[in-house]
Parts: sequence; structure tokens; C-alpha cells
Amino acid sequence: MSLRSYVITRILLTIPMIMLLLTFVFLLVRVLPGDPAMLHFEKQVDPRVLLEFKQKLGLDKPIEIQYFEYLAGLLRGDFGKSMQDFSPVSQQIFSAFPATLELAIWAAMIMVLVGVVLGVQASRSYDSLSDHSIRVFGTVSYAIPVFFLGEVMIMIFAIYLHLLPAGDRIYAGMTPLGLTIGDLHLRTGLFVLDSILEGNWTKLVMSLRYLLLPSLTLGTALCGIFVRLTRGNMMETLQLDFVTAARARGIKERTVVYGYALRNAFLPILTMMGLQFAALLAGAVLTETTFSWPGLGRYLVDRITFRDYTAIQGVVVFFGLVVAMVSLAVDVIYAYLDPRIRF
Amino acid sequence: MVQFLPGLARLARRGMAGWAILVGGVIVVALAIMTLAAPWISPYSPIAINAGPLLSPPTSGYPLGTNHLGQDMLSRVYAGGAIMFQVAILSVIVCLAIGVPIGLIASYTGGYADKLASLVMDSIYAFPGLVLAIAIAATLGPGVVNMALSIAVVYIPSYFRIIRSQVLTIKELPYVEAARTIGATGRATLFSYILPNVIPSIVAIATINFADAILTAAGLTFVGLGLPVSTPDWGWDLTYGRRLLTSGAWWVIAFPGLMVVLLALGFTLMGEGLSELYNPRLQK
Repeated sequence: MSLRSYVITRILLTIPMIMLLLTFVFLLVRVLPGDPAMLHFEKQVDPRVLLEFKQKLGLDKPIEIQYFEYLAGLLRGDFGKSMQDFSPVSQQIFSAFPATLELAIWAAMIMVLVGVVLGVQASRSYDSLSDHSIRVFGTVSYAIPVFFLGEVMIMIFAIYLHLLPAGDRIYAGMTPLGLTIGDLHLRTGLFVLDSILEGNWTKLVMSLRYLLLPSLTLGTALCGIFVRLTRGNMMETLQLDFVTAARARGIKERTVVYGYALRNAFLPILTMMGLQFAALLAGAVLTETTFSWPGLGRYLVDRITFRDYTAIQGVVVFFGLVVAMVSLAVDVIYAYLDPRIRF
Repeated sequence: MVQFLPGLARLARRGMAGWAILVGGVIVVALAIMTLAAPWISPYSPIAINAGPLLSPPTSGYPLGTNHLGQDMLSRVYAGGAIMFQVAILSVIVCLAIGVPIGLIASYTGGYADKLASLVMDSIYAFPGLVLAIAIAATLGPGVVNMALSIAVVYIPSYFRIIRSQVLTIKELPYVEAARTIGATGRATLFSYILPNVIPSIVAIATINFADAILTAAGLTFVGLGLPVSTPDWGWDLTYGRRLLTSGAWWVIAFPGLMVVLLALGFTLMGEGLSELYNPRLQK
């Protein structure tokens, strides 16, 4: 199979998966016991008010019509209307998503970096004290609820040591502006990148200070699996002949380990990053709530409090689409890097 | 009991995996006993408001301090695991009841049934679990059963995948072929010949699933989908503790948080040990 036909097959396989997810979420909000519109009013509402409410949201139409309107809307980037104020949910989603993306990117970097470095360290000192402590760390980090870890971080670094802010993203009015050339504005919503584009170092430092605790929390909570993966892979690789040969040639141990052997663990790590992306987004929901980080996760939790089922549906669908796209991208990159996968 | 002890000693001789199972098991059993004994060992009622001063740090009268409602944290720590155990046990039962038969039958029959089941399961598996559980729990409303159901939906695919990969290998083995040759029906082959060999993997995945269910249940509570305030719950303490952080009241989150970690750790250790013993390939 050529790379192109592999990519096409992979895209075609993604479509039924997305359709299943969309249908499931659609049915969830409409078919399950307890009419969501009724639940929104906590079951105490005048039938006429309820009917008007349903008409505004399009929930009064026959279910198959609702289904097609829902799918057609998604194609236009319309994620439905909020039960709260009938405003389009997509607006909120698109304005909150960059915050989540930025958190996820930094957390992913910390997750992989910490996991790989510890994993390599453990494999080099097999069955020693440091190997055992790293393995225990990996297991414990898996068992810690990410929000508890966040609370502990806030307690230590924000409340007692006063080193870092306890939450939120940046002071109001300090939002980085991004790049401006004449009338052209380039703004990503990722504050670190925007600060660099604007050339404002104060804002850059500030953005990083706000990012550090949440991304450290999320990254640490998820790094365990990378510790184990890297350790296992490296223990096998370090036994191979080419490593012995490299050592025999007098190449520095550091270069042998990080330059030669670690390269072999790159593909499994990449695959795992793709698989962990969903966990990263799920963890972001809790991390954002802990740190009052104004992203999609906090928006979702906020909507739960208002019993805003249409908005919840919109956010869940959006999360699903993002995860499907990322896993598609990872598989394509993987196939490009490793020709064996295509056959 | 007398026969049980040599078994434990044998387990400890199986190296790291054996020790992990042993230590994990001891943690889980100890916490279960503590939770069951809570009504007798608690100095106060875990939900009694103003049992002590408001937000008192640990003192001799209140060894783990009190929260913003004057509730005794020690009594809350004793009693707060009951919900975790209930939700986790219930969700594991639902996963077993649905995931195992689907996994066995779909992968044994193969063809379209297998393709369809795999597609559905992979779609759920690929999705951020907690987000899906939130969506389901928000629609179903609060309650132990509803929490357990929303967690079960998320983890059924893990059972399916493990069982499927095992059955696909096992059903090609000569002994299965022999069973069919001597006239065993499809059902008999699947349940009397294949299933026994899949059980160890099911036990391992179910144990890890306990840990995941506990963490997800705590997460659901944290986003406001937990049980009413009148139920003592470690997750609830962690949720409200967040608002008390600025007052420096570390004891409100520290002890319930450590209990959740301990319980999840106990199950994780057991699960990791079991899968290392029964299925070394899973460790990769």
C-alpha cells in the first residue's frame, strides 16, 4: 500500500467513528430518560414556557429533522445554541479553545520530557535504588487525582512560598496582542506565542508564570506511562549489538544512550503521545477547574452548573472532533516515518 | 486461613510482581475494613455540622482538624470511602456483565459482528473518558448507580480489547481445534474451553479498572456531578477544599486526598502485579 492510499483508508475509517460519536451524543441529550429541557428547569415549569423554550432551541421538531439539522450545523461549524441565553455555543468554544490548547501543549512537553528522562535513568540503573524509586514514582503519579495534585501544588508554590500565581491565566488588560504589521493582526490565542510575536518580554514571563503550575500538574500526573514505556524499550535496546559496538568505539556514554539508543524508542513514544492526547484533554478539564484556567474544560464544568445540556453536547462533540483529528494526524506521521506500517 | 498463609508466602516469592499484589491487597483490604468499621470507630458523625470549631487545624481533640462547617475530618476520612467502593464495585460489575460477553462472542464469531463491535468500542476508547462520563452523568443526574453507569460506559472498551486480542490467539490453538473436532458446540468451545484461559487477563484488567473507576468517580464529584452534601465523600472534601486553600487549611484536602491516592494505588499495584504475572506482554 502506498502512503497515499494508506492515508485515504485511514481518513475513511475516521468518518464512521466520528458519525458514531456524533449520533451517540445526539441521542444522549434527547432520548435518555428525563427530558433535558425539563431537567434544565428542574422539572418545575409551565408547559407553555417549556414549549416556547424548546421552539427556540429547535428541540420541538421531529427527532430525525433535529438530527439532520444537527449534522448540517456541525458542517458549518455550528455547535448548537446554549440553553442559558440561546447564544451560539461555537463562539464560546472557539474563544476558550486556545487556552486549553496552550495548556495541553505545555503539559504534553513536560509529560514526555519527565517521562523519557526518568525512564532512561531507570533503565541505566536497572534494579538499583533509583530504578525502584522511579518505578514507584511512575505508579504513584498514576494513582493521584490530577486535581488533588493541583491543590497540593497551589498550597506549596502559591500559598506558602508565594512563588507563582494560584490560578487564572493573566491579568485582565495584559493579554498579549500578537503580531501587528500595518492593518494585519496575527493572534493565536496562545499567550506565550502571542507575547513573542508582540515582542513583549514582560507579558512572556507573566504568561509562563501562569502556565507553569497547571502544566506541571497535568504533565506530572500523566508522565507515568512514558516512564514505563521508555524504561522497557531502553532496557531492550541497551542490550543490542549496535549499542555495544558504539561503546566499543569509545563514544561517550551520554551520546550512546541519548543519541543512539533513545532513537529506537522514538516511534513507540510518538504512538503513545497520540493515544495519551485524549487523556490529556480529559485531565485538562480537571486541571482547568482546579486552577480557574479559562479554557474549554472550565466552560464545560460551568455549563454543568447551569444544566445547559445543549452547550454540554456542543463541547463534548468538539472534544471528539479534536481527538479524532489528532489521532488521524499521529497515524499519518507514523506511517510517513515508518514504512513498515503501510504493509 | 491456615491454608491461605502459605499461598501469600508463595506470592511473595514471585518477585516484584508478587510483592506488588501483596502490598496492593493489604492497602485495599485495610481501607475496606476501615470503611466498614467507620460507624463504630468515628468519634463524631461524619456529617454533623459544628461537631467542633470551624476550620480548626489538627489538634488532640480533632486529630485531622475540622472543615469550614465544623465537621470532624477524621470521621469524614473514615466514612468517606464508602461511596468510592460502591461506585467502583458497581461499575466493574457492569463492565464485566457487558464487556466480557460482547468481547467473547464478537471475537469468536468474527466477520461483521466483530467489525461492528470493534468500531463501536474503538470509537468510545479513543474519546477522552472523563468528558464522556461527564456528559452521561450530567444527563442521568446524581446518584451512585448513575455514576457507576457513566464510568462503566467509558471502560467497557478496555475489557473488549483485551478479551478480543486474547480470544483471537487462543481460538487458533490446537486444543481448541481438538475440542471442535470431538464435537463441542460453538457455545461450549467458547465458554468451557476459551473463557477459562481469558479469565486471568479479565481479573487483571478489572483490578486496574477499580483504580480508574475511583479516580473517575472523584473527578465526577470534582466537577459537581457527585452526590448530595449529606453523604460523606472524599471527593466532596477535595472539591470544597479547593475554595479553602487560600485560608491555608491544608488538612481539609490533604487527608481525604491521600486516602483517594492510597485506594487507587492499592488497586493499581494489584492490577500491575497481576498483569505482569499472567500476561507479561501487556507490560509493554
